[in-house]
Amino acid sequence: MVELSQMVQKIRSKNAGPFWLTIDLFCGTQSAYSTLVAQLTTRQIAGAFGVEETSIKRFDLPSLNVITFSLPRPQIQGSVVDRDMHGASWAALISELEIVSTP
Amino acid sequence: MKSIRVLVPSGALGLNYDKAALQKGLEAKPHIIAVDGGSTDSGPAYLGQGISKYSRSSTKIEWKGLMEARAKNNIPLVIGTAGTCGTNSTVEWMLEITREIADELGQSIKIAVLRSQQDPEKLAAAFAKGRITPLANAPEISGHVFAHCTNIVALAGAEQITAAINTGADIIIAGRTTDTAIIAAMPLMYGCHEGAAWHGAKIGECGALCATNPQSGVVMIEFDDTGFNVIPMAEKAQATPPTVSAHMLYENSDPHILYEPGGYLDVSHANYQALDEKSVRVTGSKWVKTNPYTVKLEGARVAGYQSVLLVLLRDKRYVQNAQQWANDIQEKCSAKVKDRLGCSDSSFSIQLRLIGQSASFGALETRHSDEIVELGVLAIATADTQELAEEIGKMLNPYLLHHPLNDHEEQPTFAFPFSPAELNRGAIYEFCLNHILQLEDPMEAFSLEVINYG
Repeated sequence: MVELSQMVQKIRSKNAGPFWLTIDLFCGTQSAYSTLVAQLTTRQIAGAFGVEETSIKRFDLPSLNVITFSLPRPQIQGSVVDRDMHGASWAALISELEIVSTP
Repeated sequence: MKSIRVLVPSGALGLNYDKAALQKGLEAKPHIIAVDGGSTDSGPAYLGQGISKYSRSSTKIEWKGLMEARAKNNIPLVIGTAGTCGTNSTVEWMLEITREIADELGQSIKIAVLRSQQDPEKLAAAFAKGRITPLANAPEISGHVFAHCTNIVALAGAEQITAAINTGADIIIAGRTTDTAIIAAMPLMYGCHEGAAWHGAKIGECGALCATNPQSGVVMIEFDDTGFNVIPMAEKAQATPPTVSAHMLYENSDPHILYEPGGYLDVSHANYQALDEKSVRVTGSKWVKTNPYTVKLEGARVAGYQSVLLVLLRDKRYVQNAQQWANDIQEKCSAKVKDRLGCSDSSFSIQLRLIGQSASFGALETRHSDEIVELGVLAIATADTQELAEEIGKMLNPYLLHHPLNDHEEQPTFAFPFSPAELNRGAIYEFCLNHILQLEDPMEAFSLEVINYG
């Protein structure tokens, strides 16, 4: 098992307006990208957020070596139960996902 | 055709910009200076209250620098989403600052003011006619929602900014606009490539965030009839194909598509090429017109009133058992609120967030450590009135100060960092619209005023 943060250059999360959250995984290299496209499942992202897999939009972007996920914000930005106004700390939760590494 | 250069001093007025980089930008002869004044990103209270997030003094100092630059170079200066939220109140605030500066500099200026604030009655009528429709993950609304909002704005696009530029104004103060519209308007007016105009605007909307050394702020976007160039102005900043293409992803739920008033930008076939060590050329972006013409709405309403407390746990046993301690307080205090204040379950809430343990993600937190030195406990009481929220805060106070893990131990005392321990936050707000409004004419929901000052 490898922590996701060790397989990529950078992980960023951010509001995409008050109702959506977007997470960008900058893989850095083509080989890191290819490995992750194969090994990181949308289900794992859904599991981290405790939501249905179908609510997550996934974009594999080979020209940028980036994988992007967008999902309805776990809590609407600024609502009484929201914990992070700008949505940037969610990147930490995704960074710490354990990925099964296959040779 | 000649190219159109738009100088963007920073991602938002109030964030500061590098003066030397701005000067370098001015030497490259821009046709317009465009700066954004806000977004929804800082939360619903700014829109709800109709106030700016940034300090008035910072805003004034930075705006003064841009007003001087504008006068010296005789080019228009535009600010979009003035005062963070772009309501009439923040447009007025920006106008007042502008007048003060004009007096101080002895400038005579023509100001175009574009207002984006919406009349709730007109919106209710439009809703009844089916002209307001939800975007993805929009809250359910009824026709009453508009009257409940303290402020509603519509996001202006390039058409409305173009109308403002066409007045021949020196300075354009716009209420809520899309981040991109203030940059895209002039290249579109001069017939530059439409896809490039919007794509370049998206890349430039956060200033030099599309380059290395993003804090320098200043970036020039140069548009022509086939594409656009991105040139950061600070000496050490570099735009490269990866830094530029990555910015298209920023704060955007679809990396290929960006919806704007009147259409959408499609960058699926965009091509990013390094021009030299620090600048990038982009071609192949596409603009797709849509019908009918729509603008997005933003609205905020009061969601309750709050009183909050912060207490620190440093005792090892309490740090280790903090969740149990917090759950016990939550349960006992909630029962007391219902009993003594006669509140129903739905009329109040108490949240205890353990800072240092799970305040960021709550139950979704996966990391757990026994090595925590201390914890902050943020207690949030929310109710229908401030009086009630404060009463609940005051009922929480003795629990947070003295609550024991079991009944048999000596009464503990925890650390309040200040007195009074309760901070009354007043009204809290929530975003309640994620909808678009159909317009027959782009100016229908906006108004334009021209003021000659000084």
